[in-house]
Amino acid sequence: MNYSILIGGAAGQGMDTLAQLLTKTLKRYGYFVFKHSDYMSRVRGGHNFIQIRFSDKQVRTYEDKVDIIYALNKETIDLHSERLKEGGIVLVDKAVSDDENLLLLDLEETAKEAGNKRAMTSVGMGAIIKLLGLEPDVALNVIGSTLRDSIVDVNKEAFSKGYEMVGSRFGLKQEKDEKILIDGNTAVAMGAAAAGCRYYCGYPMTPSTTVLSNMEKWSQELGIFTEQVEDEIAALNMALGASYAGVRAMTGSSGGGIALMSEALSLAGIIETPVVIINVQRPGPATGLPTRTEQADLRFAIHSGHGEFPKMVISLRSPEDAFYQTARAFNIAEKYQIPVILLSDQYLADGELTIEPFDFSKIEIERNLYEDELPAGRYKRYELTDTGISPRIIPGKVEDKLILVDSDEHDEYGNITESAQMRTSMVDKRSKKGELLEGEVEEPWLIGDENPDNLLVCWGSLFGQVNEVVEILQEEGHSVGALVYGDIYPFPTRLLKENAATAKSIIDIENNSAAQLDGLMREFALIKSDHKILKYDGRAFSVDELYNRLKEVVE
Amino acid sequence: MTCEYNLYDPSWCPGCGNYMIRTALKQALEELEIPPHMAVIVTGIGQAAKMPHYIGANGFNGLHGRALPPAIGIKLSNKDLTVIAESGDGDTYGEGGNHFIHTIRRNVNIAHFVHDNQIYGLTKGQGSPTTAMGQVTTLQYDGVKVEPVKPLALSLTMGAGFVARGFSGDIPQLVELMKEAILYKGYAHLDIFQPCVVWNKVNTFQWYKDRVYKLSEDYDQTDFNAAYEKALEFGDKIPTGILYKVEKETYEDRFQFIKDGPPLVDAELNPFDAEKLMKDFY
Repeated sequence: MNYSILIGGAAGQGMDTLAQLLTKTLKRYGYFVFKHSDYMSRVRGGHNFIQIRFSDKQVRTYEDKVDIIYALNKETIDLHSERLKEGGIVLVDKAVSDDENLLLLDLEETAKEAGNKRAMTSVGMGAIIKLLGLEPDVALNVIGSTLRDSIVDVNKEAFSKGYEMVGSRFGLKQEKDEKILIDGNTAVAMGAAAAGCRYYCGYPMTPSTTVLSNMEKWSQELGIFTEQVEDEIAALNMALGASYAGVRAMTGSSGGGIALMSEALSLAGIIETPVVIINVQRPGPATGLPTRTEQADLRFAIHSGHGEFPKMVISLRSPEDAFYQTARAFNIAEKYQIPVILLSDQYLADGELTIEPFDFSKIEIERNLYEDELPAGRYKRYELTDTGISPRIIPGKVEDKLILVDSDEHDEYGNITESAQMRTSMVDKRSKKGELLEGEVEEPWLIGDENPDNLLVCWGSLFGQVNEVVEILQEEGHSVGALVYGDIYPFPTRLLKENAATAKSIIDIENNSAAQLDGLMREFALIKSDHKILKYDGRAFSVDELYNRLKEVVE
Repeated sequence: MTCEYNLYDPSWCPGCGNYMIRTALKQALEELEIPPHMAVIVTGIGQAAKMPHYIGANGFNGLHGRALPPAIGIKLSNKDLTVIAESGDGDTYGEGGNHFIHTIRRNVNIAHFVHDNQIYGLTKGQGSPTTAMGQVTTLQYDGVKVEPVKPLALSLTMGAGFVARGFSGDIPQLVELMKEAILYKGYAHLDIFQPCVVWNKVNTFQWYKDRVYKLSEDYDQTDFNAAYEKALEFGDKIPTGILYKVEKETYEDRFQFIKDGPPLVDAELNPFDAEKLMKDFY
């Protein structure tokens, strides 16, 4: 089974709440759910739509075709009707349309009878649940536990009236629900909390803001200091202060905010102070498309910060991956005393889906702080060692040991130096950490066939769509497999080289125009793709679009 | 445990006001009996910002204009540390102006010593935010064409609870001002006049010496209007001392878990503490 519901209307019509209720309800009925929002960057008006897809199997992306459209305005009917599947239904208020091919209901009038015109979306929800053939109890419970007390009764009443308006069309059955419903940004925040992050500060910027707001929400309960600070420059500098003092610290933003952090990222590099930064990508340049999605900051992440210093870049592939990789990022940052950049995007950040609960027993906290006896005399924060990693202690914890960090080039004690020899030694020291880091990176996920004829390559959130399309193409008899990069800098090359050696065709799939992953493959593995499937209109691929474009090139 | 602070050879010019400021800083920290490993000096970039290299405390010598954000991060992470931000007039009031404004709004318990010589030293003599209108510099050949920042009036307006001015030529007074600033519970702004013997030929040691005077014994440090008037007094006579001092709730005390709990840095980290967060997502 596989169904999709589209809710369309203008901002301010209550679509958000309806989608939230409906998504949660379907999840509670035991289905795997994926919610995807297409918003314009405005508070009122415009055309927005939300798609909710659900199935008895894991879903990670949206499809073009839909089973039910709930149109809150006429524009939704005009724009989306052609996407209806065979036997699909357009549900609409009588005041909006008189087209008899649609399911015309007295939604607004019924809501007024229930006590409030604004409960119209609950009338619609009742009708949808009944059309699906589901019992009303789970939905009524979700309404009761989600809405604020003063409007619960009227919405329950509205729901029940909507439920009585129509008959069952789809005949669905309730399944067992043991899963969680979560979006990418919340998963990142939860991964940070699990890793013991105690300092998170940032400046609001769509689509990264909900990482900050989640941390703020959990602040008191878990003792995590969070703050909306004056700008992104302060955010990263503060996080570095906190980390220097011994606390696990993180900040995040989207492209423009990350650009402001470049200077402090370079500082993290030279003072060798661990920090985790999340970049939730949106289309640029500059303000670009604030509420939409793109994967165009890969090169920017790798190259941000002036000068040469080691860093790690990890792209996040799913909410599960976001959770575990964020927690892992703190360990890597502290082990190598470097900044780690996490790359997410609006599609992953805001897309809500049903997944297995996170396994907290898989999270290990490895601080790598030096706890043995230190030699007498002044503490060398930048002691030259074989690995390039110096024993790190924190201020105030070891009597008579002082910790000095410096953004100038420095000697082993952290004091300013212009010695040519020491400069060379310190550059080499930092480079060594970068080389060591190469042993830390994990190879990409290989999904589908091993050593396939058609080798797909992608990174980050495209896992959702590629995973599903690979399965379809395999069923059709194609030899197809995909490498989905998570750790992306330093760039892992083993699986790529192995699979590329036997592949007849390499197909690069990216949500950008410059094929940035293809560039990394050429740079680090001397391998280039034969075909590129790129999308940079600010929207994520739907599974149908990706399938159709792949069909043109797969052998 | 020793409370003695080692000194290291500076690269400051002979006669630089920074020497006197360092002497006062050492004396203040020692008289307050703060062990060096419990003190952190956080700086930006500039001649003043080299302080952590020349005195034996913990040091965070960060970026130009950015002394305050890491100082805040350090203090909130470990409230047991004495955190002192030091930076020059360009560093603080120019490049770091936004951080300065918002740090005052927060009122974190840190002391901020601004070495104010009304000129850029390290970059060789350009006008700073406190250089006087019309003053000819190595860059403003025709004279500075913008109004100077009035640092003390600015911090008073923003709501700072401790606003003071010192002079590197009066070490005993400076020691007392530094001690008061460090002991003050909240953000303490101490602007310190110092001559730049190489690049500022207008605001010389003698220039300051001829103008500074101490606020009288009966001056009311809690009178905002009097403080504001004194903050704007910048002519033939310039007042030194504590212009304003009132009790205010600190930023960190507004967070229950920081106020009543152990320092954040001492928290035991356990992934399962966060597992309960999942309950809202079933």
